[in-house]
Amino acid sequence: MAEPAKKLPNIVISETLCKGCSICVDFCPTNVLELRGNVVAVKNLEACTRCQLCDLRCPDFAIQVF
Amino acid sequence: MSTAVAVKKDKAPFDYNKYLRPNKLPHIWCPGCGHGIVLKAMLRAIDASGLSKDQICMVSGIGCSSRTPGYVDFNTLHTLHGRAMAYATGVKLAKPSLKVIVITGDGDALAIGGNHFIHTCRRNIDMTVLVYSNAIYGMTGGQYSPTTPQGANATTSRYGNIEPVFDCCELAKASGATFVARGTAYHCQELEKIIFEAVQHKGTSVVEILDQCPTYYGRQNKYKSVTEMMEKIEKDGTVSVKQADKLPPEKLQGKLLRGVLHKIERPEYCEQYKKFIIGKAQGK
Repeated sequence: MAEPAKKLPNIVISETLCKGCSICVDFCPTNVLELRGNVVAVKNLEACTRCQLCDLRCPDFAIQVF
Repeated sequence: MSTAVAVKKDKAPFDYNKYLRPNKLPHIWCPGCGHGIVLKAMLRAIDASGLSKDQICMVSGIGCSSRTPGYVDFNTLHTLHGRAMAYATGVKLAKPSLKVIVITGDGDALAIGGNHFIHTCRRNIDMTVLVYSNAIYGMTGGQYSPTTPQGANATTSRYGNIEPVFDCCELAKASGATFVARGTAYHCQELEKIIFEAVQHKGTSVVEILDQCPTYYGRQNKYKSVTEMMEKIEKDGTVSVKQADKLPPEKLQGKLLRGVLHKIERPEYCEQYKKFIIGKAQGK
């Protein structure tokens, strides 16, 4: 039997609020995020463990994980 | 056969918009500035304390940190440079039911408002003073402040700062504050707990919060990134008070203690004023 599909987290990034400081990219323990230009973007959603460290340390209210 | 998906139960993220003025965002702080992290920790602590928005009055002076009241939806007051605690004393005496929170920077509280700071601590008036200490005057172009470490560069100390550092926590303790703690932007969950405890405390509570100024302090002191600043200054530069007892003294050298450093009970100013002055003045 096939493995049941894992429910993926929903990472919401506000492009108007993000200033591209890269704190979330550097502190993500599973390397989910990357910087594209001046805004952070999701690189590898499957690796996200919903630890919320990006949300806790984002100074700009720009990222939340649902 | 059950097809239940074995994922962690969804933990809803904290809704900051409840306490913010969303039309004022994005804030003026530079990319990587720690003030936003501290603001978030403070909002979570206030939410945990169960205070309503109308019960809180937030007072600030001048500086990067003092822009905070512009973004939060409490009763807010943006006052003169260094005089935030003087205004806050007035607010508290006029309306003792309010929970007064003072947001101030290291230069604002310790240099320009040094006198107001020590006398607020001496009176033990019920307010929470959060000192955002980024070791520089960020808003005016990166001049050195009383918390700039010896040897560090700033716009006004091109050959390294020669002045010894003011220890905000020791100063508050010696002046008579009844709750003194230190937190950092790096340890944001610990900071949330410290601010929660400070808000609950009756009397003057002072929390020094180490955060980073990548634009002026970081650039002038050759830090490559915000992460490097946070790890070197806030993570490696501090030791938790719980760990400090177990470590040998040589490992504590040059490190600042983090956590609740001092907590005592002493008569609070507003209560004393009500008890000894108001009754007599009204001839009762």
